[in-house]
Amino acid sequence: MATKVKSFRQTGKDPYESLSPETLKKIHRTMVLDRLLEERLIKMSKGGEGFFWIGGPGEEAFSVPLGFLVKKGQGLDHDYLHLHYRSSGIALAMGAQVIDSIRQMRTVMTDPYSRGRNFVNHYAIPEWNIMPVSPTIETQYSTCIGSAIAQKRHGGDGISIVNGGDAGSAEGDFHSCLVWSNRPANPLPILIIVVNNRFGISTPFEQQHGEGDISNWAKAFEGMPGKTINGNDPVESYLAIEEAMRYIRKERKPYLLEARCSRLHGHSSSSGANRVDEPDCISLFEDNLFQRKMMTPEEAKKIWTECREICDTAYSQVKTEPYPDPEDIWNGVFTEGIDDDYPKKGGS
Amino acid sequence: MANMAQAIRMALHYGEENLGVQEIFGEDVGAPLGGVFTVTQGLKTAWNAPLDERGIVGAAIGLAWAGSRPVAEIQFVDYIFNTIDLLKLAGNSLWCSGGKFPCPLVIMTPTGSGIHGSIYHSHSFDSIASKIHGMKVVCPSTPIDAYGLMLAAIKDDNPVLFLKPKALLRAKGKELIPGEPEDERALKEMIDAPIGDRSKWKPKWPSLEEFIVPIGKAKIAREGSQMTVVTHGRMAPICLQVAEELANAGEADIEVIDLRSLIPYDWQAVKDSIRKTGRILFVNEETEISNFGEHLIRRCVDEMFYELAVAPKLLCGKAIPGIGLNPGLEFNSVPQKEEVEKAYRRLLSEQA
Repeated sequence: MATKVKSFRQTGKDPYESLSPETLKKIHRTMVLDRLLEERLIKMSKGGEGFFWIGGPGEEAFSVPLGFLVKKGQGLDHDYLHLHYRSSGIALAMGAQVIDSIRQMRTVMTDPYSRGRNFVNHYAIPEWNIMPVSPTIETQYSTCIGSAIAQKRHGGDGISIVNGGDAGSAEGDFHSCLVWSNRPANPLPILIIVVNNRFGISTPFEQQHGEGDISNWAKAFEGMPGKTINGNDPVESYLAIEEAMRYIRKERKPYLLEARCSRLHGHSSSSGANRVDEPDCISLFEDNLFQRKMMTPEEAKKIWTECREICDTAYSQVKTEPYPDPEDIWNGVFTEGIDDDYPKKGGS
Repeated sequence: MANMAQAIRMALHYGEENLGVQEIFGEDVGAPLGGVFTVTQGLKTAWNAPLDERGIVGAAIGLAWAGSRPVAEIQFVDYIFNTIDLLKLAGNSLWCSGGKFPCPLVIMTPTGSGIHGSIYHSHSFDSIASKIHGMKVVCPSTPIDAYGLMLAAIKDDNPVLFLKPKALLRAKGKELIPGEPEDERALKEMIDAPIGDRSKWKPKWPSLEEFIVPIGKAKIAREGSQMTVVTHGRMAPICLQVAEELANAGEADIEVIDLRSLIPYDWQAVKDSIRKTGRILFVNEETEISNFGEHLIRRCVDEMFYELAVAPKLLCGKAIPGIGLNPGLEFNSVPQKEEVEKAYRRLLSEQA
């Protein structure tokens, strides 16, 4: 029997009063910065200053609170993140710099995540336990099993966090994660997230999935909490993530959290990346802040201007930075490098 | 002398005690079975995983990224095909992350034919494995090499695929593993689980010592002057036996190179031997068409053409979808001793 965990904050008051004004403003600013970064990346992709774009505009209200709630650091005492390619809000909230995403889009040598090798939004940050993001769908749900095993053995309250999309939940890796994290022999501390934007590229969720809420999968496992939330609201997201993390850190068991979010620029540049008519979580958030007099429209406008300047400055800087030396392809095949006898000619 | 299963088991025990191995897992790897080939019997960190190869490889990757040195098993290499994208992830995480995420794991798996295993217990994976760049691939043919290669694989900072020739897992060696008791019955009593109730059994491990077979270093199993045969795994003892029989009969003096590592491979050893003999034959049980030996032949032609007296040759498995259960079918699918001998004689008799 799945357990619906009740919020410890369910006190009947306005949820927005559960977070401090500083926290709300911090979340808002990072959401704006994330949106402007993604729009800049799309523009670069369309303008030939990069190639493929894929990212997370529309998911800011869920991803930014998540990033702020991560127990950030390196090693088993901290949280591990096995992310997919719509996670820029998480990375920015954790402290990633706008300029580094722009570097990855432009495939310059200074790209700290892949040295110009991978698509944009494919992070790899060992200092913060952000595991390499792979373009493959759903493999992160298998790799998160491993870091969680290490954390369970180690002790402490570090957890593993995995996210991905609704369409990917049809892959076996999602079900591997559910089975392995619920093994009676060794339950694992994993926050299993599915961000449900109701599309897999062009295919509607409703055509392929009969399970209703994806969080219903938790019901198959004795005592596993599962919850579906409105991921377009940052306060609901914050409180739900906080609650899930609290459970996992204490119980050392998994929690399945489904966040319903918008997808504001389609799947990727492959479908044009044009803005679509879905609820905009930042507009909705600002309306809520304005109504509660927690922020004025003028203050919001100032934040948009400041964040735009950050993106502009970073973009100007990246344009001056060098591309990788083509011979850099030989670095990183093996940790110790390759010896003289390794075949390097590409044929005869 | 220890057999290869015992040798790998002792290496894993050494890894647990001395090299930081904290997780050894796979299907039926833990108690009470200790692996379908008994390779993990009695190991203190061995545990049973769900029947889920993708979960096993994914878990190993996550452990490695988080700083562990896991050893995971795929029960038969025939079951590894649905994990290829994860193996690729293990092989490419260092490169894709610009050098930031090494993936020091070992995946071990029984490979090849020779146990009447039919279509899904007889596969070889050597050639496909050699295409997963960034991953090292080793395949021993003797217990001592299995011990030394496993220790090297555990210590390596790169992912290593450890192919266990299943037909050789019960074959005994000719060299003692450092620390192994001389009396093989004593070893069996110490580390082999009893038949029946094992709930109270615990192994008594010999005092083992470190012995490393460097990855990428071939072994000259037999020195010779008239031709070279390059092989590995299950075919190595067959190739060596035929070479010794021809030598004892005074018919030929054949050099046998046991590659031991497929990626990276010991190109220098191959080149040195060609310079000595001028004739070379590659033998493995993988199927023809994009066979790993075909790559080596291409390289011999490119780089050693003027050192060769005759064209290099390949003896390998037939390019068919599976290996049939009937012995006549199996023996007609992968090289057998008689074919090895014929291949030797053909190459030796070819006009320079």
